[in-house]
Amino acid sequence: MYPHDTTSDLQRRLAAVSSPVKLVFFTQTFGCDTCLPARQAADRIAALSERITVEEHNLVLDRDQVAEYGVEWAPALAVVGANDAGMRYYGVPEGYEVGSLVDAIEIAAGSGPTLSDDSLDALDTLERDVHLRVFVTPT
Amino acid sequence: MTASVIEATSFPDLAQRYRVTGVPKTVVDDRVEIMGALPEAEFVAQVVQAGT
Repeated sequence: MYPHDTTSDLQRRLAAVSSPVKLVFFTQTFGCDTCLPARQAADRIAALSERITVEEHNLVLDRDQVAEYGVEWAPALAVVGANDAGMRYYGVPEGYEVGSLVDAIEIAAGSGPTLSDDSLDALDTLERDVHLRVFVTPT
Repeated sequence: MTASVIEATSFPDLAQRYRVTGVPKTVVDDRVEIMGALPEAEFVAQVVQAGT
């Protein structure tokens, strides 16, 4: 399940999360073979830190939450700390991507990896909001 | 800026719609495609170019 980071590495990183982070999980009842394994993956991650919680909503039924988090498909995870920085994960977080999700959790908590000052300065020049879709595979 | 990671094997229809033939592939605002894992500075430059 965690080929690139050992469970103990992830446990150490998640145990060090110092602020509450909510994994807002969106499922749907029909036609979603990956929803259950995605929820189980979120639960495994949340079990490694008392500051990480999982909140579940239904993509079809919970329209207010779908609109609030701007979620398009299921399964989805919105990674939300004190503020919602707009980080979403679609699909089952497994393999190498578990580490990426842990990065997002650390960022949501106010720590974790950041960009260089030059990159931040460059991004400050953006004239409008942009949305990135990053396609990945588990390994 | 917001960002979504999409695990392509869970969403084969999306992978087809966005013409994902290799990963990582980043699509900025559904119109500009960035292929591969670029160095940070180069990636940021392409995002900024797409967004200005």
